[in-house]
Amino acid sequence: MIIIDGLVKKFGDRTAVDNLTLNIARGETFGLLGPNGAGKTTTIRILTMLTRPTAGALTINGWRLPAEELQIKAFIGVVPQHLNLDIELTARENLELHGRLHHIPAAERGRRIDELLEYVELQGRSDDMVQTFSGGMKRRLMIARALLHRPKILFLDEPTVGLDPQVRRRLWDLIRRLNGEGLTVLLTTHYIEEAESLCGRVAILDKGKLIALNTPAALCRRLGEYAVDWADGEGLKTSFFPGRAEAAQFAGTLTAAATIRRSNLEDVFVELTGRKVAG
Amino acid sequence: MLGDIWTVFWRDWIVLKRRLSRYILSRMITPMLYLVAFGWGLGRGMQTAQGNYLDFIVPGVIALNSMTISFNAVGTPMNMSRLYHKTLEEYLVAPIGAASIVIGKILSGVLRGLISSVVIILLAYAFGARFSVTAGFCLALVLNCAVFAALGLVAAMLMDSHEEMGNFNTYVLTPMSFLCATFFVPDHLPALLRHVIEILPLTHASYALRAAGQGGGAPWLSIGLMTSYVAAFICIGVWTMKKIRD
Repeated sequence: MIIIDGLVKKFGDRTAVDNLTLNIARGETFGLLGPNGAGKTTTIRILTMLTRPTAGALTINGWRLPAEELQIKAFIGVVPQHLNLDIELTARENLELHGRLHHIPAAERGRRIDELLEYVELQGRSDDMVQTFSGGMKRRLMIARALLHRPKILFLDEPTVGLDPQVRRRLWDLIRRLNGEGLTVLLTTHYIEEAESLCGRVAILDKGKLIALNTPAALCRRLGEYAVDWADGEGLKTSFFPGRAEAAQFAGTLTAAATIRRSNLEDVFVELTGRKVAG
Repeated sequence: MLGDIWTVFWRDWIVLKRRLSRYILSRMITPMLYLVAFGWGLGRGMQTAQGNYLDFIVPGVIALNSMTISFNAVGTPMNMSRLYHKTLEEYLVAPIGAASIVIGKILSGVLRGLISSVVIILLAYAFGARFSVTAGFCLALVLNCAVFAALGLVAAMLMDSHEEMGNFNTYVLTPMSFLCATFFVPDHLPALLRHVIEILPLTHASYALRAAGQGGGAPWLSIGLMTSYVAAFICIGVWTMKKIRD
């Protein structure tokens, strides 16, 4: 569905994306993970044609970028990181504008807008100015907007950043539901549990380079499915083991109190990038 | 493409419609001050080659006011949309061409410029100014609005902060509003300055509005020059809209 081959993006001397090659299949929910400045947003911006690549070939549903840009634009939906709704318009007018920009005929546009406002549970607020909306409502409206023209791929750049846990879980449900309906989803996040909960496969980026690519479970297995945490004089330490028995045996040798637990994507992340992220 | 231009224009129209009366009211203040200060105050007793001073400055005030309004109607929101609200991206990810965005925005700037010009024309008549709104007058007015709406768009795409936009206003628009044959004919200025003023679009808007307002036709040189400015700014606008991706 999405084929990225040797993608490079340079801003002056700085390389934001460094020779990235990825293949994302139809119907996948794929996560791009990485610390701030890893190149996640740049990658999404290139795929959504907001930024031009320095080098590399991109294909979406068999169409090549940038030659077949108009077909691709009609085929994808974009939810940017920044809350970029038009605050001088109501919720319905925001959707109306999007529908017009995507050439949806008037009658269908009206139907589709009602349908989506209901889908993201905003039908009661449709004629209110967007300025009066909470962060979660704005994000839901942005998703509705991105879905209006029935795209087959949805790009979500940090969809839940800055939201309360309840709102975030509601959005996760929404994303899962969309994926269940056959949509291919590519999202970026630096919340590890978000990737773990939503994504079939994840790519971990660091300083523009792809450093790991697999299912969250396989990445944990590679590291060791069990983790032992203990504190020494310098701080919290963690070691990984393939089985519970090995972990328990190791914990037995420690003088400090230790915890045995399942390893998670955050461990993989920290081990690979050497940096702890929020979440 | 026409449909896309209409979409871009439609959004701005929805926003304007919601506060049309407030908009018109606020547009009355500055021109009223100009008319009071220069028409009644300073200009009472002053005579120019074309009659009394009020009749002389009304086309100038219309020219400079439509310049400021059209420029800011496009420039300020567009700059905010690109830098802060990022709403421009909604247009950039849509399957529409850069020219549609540029032309749609310019048309919405022209509309605002024209609305405020109608307000001044009515005010000027109320103040007792004598001039006629002919076809040539309207053509010159629309072109002037288009020149500066387009310049507003170009500035919004090139200036990287709200402050820089303000500076552009200070360094480009304010000098023009005083020097470009709005309040006086630049014939007595030093030659070099006069030559510079002669190529600026607002000078030609003032000339054309003044000539047409007195019943003559709009000078074709001025109309031609303003048309060239519009075309040039549209091309630069489209180019900046494409370059934004680099």
